[in-house]
Amino acid sequence: MLYREAGQFKTTYAADQQIFPIRQDRIGVIALLVVAFIGVPLFASEYWFSAILIPFLIFALAALGLNVLTGYAGQLSLGSAAFMAVGAYAAYNFQLRIEGIPILVSFICAGLTAAGVGILFGLPSLRIKGFYLAVATLAAQFFIVWCLTKFPWLSNNSSSGVISTQRLIIFGHELTTPVEKYLLVLSIVVVMALAAKNMVRSATGRAWMAVRDMDVAASVIGIKLMQTKLLAFAVSSFYCGVAGALYAFCYLGSVEPDGFSLEMSFKILFMIIIGGVGSIMGSFLGAAFILLLPIFLDIALPFFAELFGLPFSSATVSHIQITVFGALIMFFLIVEPHGLARLWQIAKEKLRLWPFPH
Amino acid sequence: MNFFLEVLIGGLLSGVMYALVALGFVMIYKASGVFNFAQGAMVYLAALSVVGCMEKGAPLWLAIILAFVIMTLFGIATEKFVLRKLVNQPPIALFMATIGLAFFIEGVAPMIFGSEPRALELGIVDEPIPWILDNWNMVISKFDLVAAGVAAVLVATLALFFQYTRIGRALRAVADDHQAALSIGIPLQNIWAIVWGVAGFVALVAGMMWGARNGVQFALTFTALKALPVLILGGFTSVPGAIVGGLIIGASEKLAEIYIPPVMQDLFGGNFGGIEGWFPYVLALLFLLVRPEGLFGEKHIDRV
Repeated sequence: MLYREAGQFKTTYAADQQIFPIRQDRIGVIALLVVAFIGVPLFASEYWFSAILIPFLIFALAALGLNVLTGYAGQLSLGSAAFMAVGAYAAYNFQLRIEGIPILVSFICAGLTAAGVGILFGLPSLRIKGFYLAVATLAAQFFIVWCLTKFPWLSNNSSSGVISTQRLIIFGHELTTPVEKYLLVLSIVVVMALAAKNMVRSATGRAWMAVRDMDVAASVIGIKLMQTKLLAFAVSSFYCGVAGALYAFCYLGSVEPDGFSLEMSFKILFMIIIGGVGSIMGSFLGAAFILLLPIFLDIALPFFAELFGLPFSSATVSHIQITVFGALIMFFLIVEPHGLARLWQIAKEKLRLWPFPH
Repeated sequence: MNFFLEVLIGGLLSGVMYALVALGFVMIYKASGVFNFAQGAMVYLAALSVVGCMEKGAPLWLAIILAFVIMTLFGIATEKFVLRKLVNQPPIALFMATIGLAFFIEGVAPMIFGSEPRALELGIVDEPIPWILDNWNMVISKFDLVAAGVAAVLVATLALFFQYTRIGRALRAVADDHQAALSIGIPLQNIWAIVWGVAGFVALVAGMMWGARNGVQFALTFTALKALPVLILGGFTSVPGAIVGGLIIGASEKLAEIYIPPVMQDLFGGNFGGIEGWFPYVLALLFLLVRPEGLFGEKHIDRV
């Protein structure tokens, strides 16, 4: 009853084309932002910030990047973690080697560096697609991580490529507490999510979707395949790169190349499968789900173990985690291929009609 | 020159091991168009079941039979509960489902059989053949030669199976055209179950060879990752392609590992080992730019 667009008339094209055409959605989004920016910092504990909220936002950003590439442009990538690594190391090097560069500028440069690398590894997509491309992105995954380990210049000659990030100084103020870092990450993620949302509704996004649905047909109607695909790779890698820089600077503080493993790439892929392929909001839902599930299992499994008197070792718990992940992936692909975002959509449809069945 | 030959032959023989895994991929892809990312996990499961059964006191031959039964049942279950539900989904969705399947196996298998690394004794020793060592001064492992022999027998058996048996002919028909095969009365779903059983058998052979060589451990699942560039080189649909691709990848990565790092060391300084880790992928990537369908793959024609 509350959620219904009846009576909301659009009198201008601008009003008709806004991001959230329904007033309740707009109110909901603003309320969410208010809660995220003001409510959460007031009430959440330090543990919540540094262990859950910050990684959630960072992985959501990375998933967003992968979703642009896989969900919208239809190019499967198994190398997102490598592009995050590029972002993290690029931001570190910009800070290290350019005197007095503002941290935000180095984040943007890190994103651009990642975008450049992304274009390089996206070049094969002009000739190949599908599984072949997935394997090609594996080349990026292994090659980049190897480079970061083996070229000492990239990690300022530290052993095995470990870097400790510089201090976070914004407008002369140093960010040290988790709350401040959280707010920084949140602001960047909000801006970039908004940009992504607008990008996928624009001509660019429509071109991506046309290429995803059938690239030959898209090129027949005049979409330039090369530009479109490479742009998707660039944008996706930019997002992953910024996510990687935030991962290093705001979350861990010290990273090594091997941390950006294939496993992490898969994790990001799982986020978009469970959250919803081809959905901005799905990236957030998926990231939340994938990050919260292990925490939930860590708490729930010992409880069940005690309940049934089964001895669960920590190895068993991690095996159960992997099993549950795998089973969930298959479950979602079979039952709801469009992920949590689709469930949310269905819920909204139902809400519009509630309390009537039709 | 001798050293070069030694590296080359060692590489070719390890390439045979990659080809063993790649064969499983080709089986499933040919018959059902599914790119089965879980093949590596299946290799792990197969090796674990052999070791697990032997630990329970079964002799080697019984353990192998039991493992084969497990793999077949597993294959049939996969077909029934996962793939059948995903009919008509885009291939990418099926691919992602097999990634989920891989994780599922990697979680379940060690829960049943235990996760600690174990040795698998097949009675073949991994030592150089003395005769070659004496006469040619080359180190060629006996085990690698046996593995190559096993691979040859396996390929021959599969070729005969595909060429001369009823089921094999049905499999080829399904691989050729699902619709046409259905219309002449070939039961598609039974065929897919059989294919998964055959892939399980291939995984079993690969798992035993890899397990005997490197020990039965979680790292076995990574063999699948090495098989991917092999597939790309050879083409997804070709059995000979898997073998030739395996040989090329095995030889080139070993040669690269020996000969590239010194060059890079001269250029940049520092230590550049571990090229093996990415070289096959980059090689496959460059190869794709020239021949997108692989060496023996079918040429793909796009239609709108």
